[in-house]
Amino acid sequence: MKKLLRTTALAALAAGPAIADKADDTLAVAFTKELENVDSYFNSSREGVVLQRAVWDGLIYRDPETNEYVGNLATDWEWIDDTTLEFTLREDVTFHNGEPFTADDVVYTVNFVADEANGVKTQRNVNWMDSAEKVDDYTVRIKLKDKFPAAIEFFSGPVSMYPDEYYAEAGPSGMGLKPVGTGPYKVVDVTPGQRFVLEKYEDYHDSPKGQAQITNIDIRTIPDVNTQMAELFSGSLDFIWQVPADQAEKLAAMDRFTVVNASTMRVGYIQMDAAGRSGEDNPFTNKLVREAVNHAINRQELVDALLQGESAVIDTACFPSQFGCVQDVKSYEYDPEKARELLAEAGYPDGFSTEFYAYRDRPYAEAIVSYLNAIGIQTDFKMLQYSALRELNMDGVVPISFQTWGSYSINDASAMVSQYFKHGSLDSARDDQVLEWLNVADSSTDSDERIEYYTMALQRIADEAYWAPMFSYNTNYVFSREVEYQPTPDEVLRFVDMSWK
Amino acid sequence: MLSFILKRTGLALLVAFTVSFISFSLLFMSGDPAAALAGETASGEDIEAIRRIYGFDRPMLVQYGEWLFSALRGDFGESYYFKLPVAGLIAERLQVTMTLGVCGITFALLTAVPLGVAAAIRPNSIIDRAALFLSVAGQAMPSFWFGLILIVVFAIQLGMLPPSGADSWRHFILPTIVLGYYAMPAIMRLTRAGMLDTLNSDYIRTARAKGAGEGRVLFKHALRNAIIPVVSLAAVQMGFMLGGSIVVESVFALHGAGYLAWESIARNDLPTVQALILVFSMFYIVFTLLADVLNAWLDPRMRSA
Repeated sequence: MKKLLRTTALAALAAGPAIADKADDTLAVAFTKELENVDSYFNSSREGVVLQRAVWDGLIYRDPETNEYVGNLATDWEWIDDTTLEFTLREDVTFHNGEPFTADDVVYTVNFVADEANGVKTQRNVNWMDSAEKVDDYTVRIKLKDKFPAAIEFFSGPVSMYPDEYYAEAGPSGMGLKPVGTGPYKVVDVTPGQRFVLEKYEDYHDSPKGQAQITNIDIRTIPDVNTQMAELFSGSLDFIWQVPADQAEKLAAMDRFTVVNASTMRVGYIQMDAAGRSGEDNPFTNKLVREAVNHAINRQELVDALLQGESAVIDTACFPSQFGCVQDVKSYEYDPEKARELLAEAGYPDGFSTEFYAYRDRPYAEAIVSYLNAIGIQTDFKMLQYSALRELNMDGVVPISFQTWGSYSINDASAMVSQYFKHGSLDSARDDQVLEWLNVADSSTDSDERIEYYTMALQRIADEAYWAPMFSYNTNYVFSREVEYQPTPDEVLRFVDMSWK
Repeated sequence: MLSFILKRTGLALLVAFTVSFISFSLLFMSGDPAAALAGETASGEDIEAIRRIYGFDRPMLVQYGEWLFSALRGDFGESYYFKLPVAGLIAERLQVTMTLGVCGITFALLTAVPLGVAAAIRPNSIIDRAALFLSVAGQAMPSFWFGLILIVVFAIQLGMLPPSGADSWRHFILPTIVLGYYAMPAIMRLTRAGMLDTLNSDYIRTARAKGAGEGRVLFKHALRNAIIPVVSLAAVQMGFMLGGSIVVESVFALHGAGYLAWESIARNDLPTVQALILVFSMFYIVFTLLADVLNAWLDPRMRSA
């Protein structure tokens, strides 16, 4: 019996929390979602963006604080004509497998991802590129399909450079299992969807991203937030993020953790069927009704009571930090009385009934619905899976819905306003004038002209009340007191910027 | 016995085929895999492109035929989501689920059967009441809550066991208890009821009258008969555990096949869901078959049924 007790006690001691801390220079991080594939062209999730920025580099780098563009894998770039960019590449860069980075890698990567047949999942990140050609070993020209000034932003974000020889052999599946990049961290172990172990890349070039300070990053997928918190308490996790506001508040009250709230580029808005795709007689084709909806909702109250943190009320159909996202547009103050009057003027003195759709954040959607009910718009509330709502939206049968959009962290208004107002299948306004202006704004290489045309488009969208923009989102990062990190407003977790205290 | 097994196997294959066809049709109708695949940030045009590239715009029967043809050759295709071969993905996840399922059912049987027998020997005694209490509690307590309580006590407070993951056998202790405890009440009650019935039957009285020892009466005569429905139930529970351990896998971050199935449905990852449905239905079929065979061995009268 004594022996049994001793064995049990030893087992209990040995079974303490996994070692992951400052002492062995390993930061243990949790993801909530199973990441589909580390190959950034074959995943569409936030976690994918996080790994992409750690493992790979783009030709350009945007400073997350100043939003200025500087060279990363390229030292220089210039527009040869409206649709051709020439890049001069750095000469001292090697991939994690030792392969030197040259023009061939850029040519291969661009030609691979731009070819639709290769099935890149995030088509919008690459479908504006036509092809790439080598000028010499360290000079490359990239042809665009059309004028696209936001290209610079994309080259500093989702378009990362892959090693040509390795990728030709490994393909997306191989790259997903054994990723090879030029980034500050190399991937040393992948269990698909479950675990990613990163290690500082000692030969990392002199990049504006800076050198990694923490040697090892151990990322595990833990779907349950409560379990994540338990692991944080037991010391087997050092860093969690996307923590719900109420939980973050409790954790902040303790001395053991640092809780930082930061804005994200995700914006919540109400989309209304102004184009009458769900029926010509639908009330939202009437501008007065759309204005009534805009006046009906106390957005500040929603931000204060539900979203909290760094969230803010939004008036424009984009995220304020995005290039071209001007704030000088008509805003609609909370005025339920005026909303009722507008409804009466529109011919609905007793209000009306409508279907109301949402796909996430049920509490927010329900609060919005209660404001609408208060002015007489009775709603048949329908909460759907994202893909199902997408399909209905594309079919044009959704009269009004609560939607959100994260712009894929692209800091350019085209990533949001142009996404929804250029007569695509998700455009519920279909305003020819807006389309015309956005076409100019999206394709002009003159920054002033771009801003001018985005301003006109965004003002018209606000004047016509096509949407009711609501608020920006925020996220809570919770980490051990030992860790030093300042999150950025684009919701990209940057391991390279983390250090031990 | 051989023809019995062959007949049941043939029937099992037919069931598996039917299940695969029905599930494919339902999944096909349930939503657009292109939208799920392209992700939240995709525009309508991007989704159209994905639909075209991945061939989701073709008729359902063509897609099903293609799937079936490949599946018969052992090729379950590539997961839309992970962009990895489905067979390898499932094999890896099944290891976790199988370990959990086998440990869970063993834990359930090892606790439920002795408790059920003890409760039946002394109805209304303290043991009987305690067993009843345990079984009611097991059924009333949500798995995620019980799991979290165990994590808080054993992983955080006592630091004895790891809170989540599947790296060693110690990682499986807490999830086994949660999953096993979920299956335990039904087995316990069925054992108790079966034992009570048998203990009151004529042949037990006869055995006792013939002077058989109490141990022999209980375990040789009574339990052998009382256990027959328990075997069938355990087989069903085992199948259920493999497919239905989603909550336990999610709380303990185990990344097993149950959780994979749940997530793949939400992601409209057709090849993965299809293969998992096939695997799970095969499990049900095999376990039911095994239970039938075991029962036929326990009670020879069943062989002619």
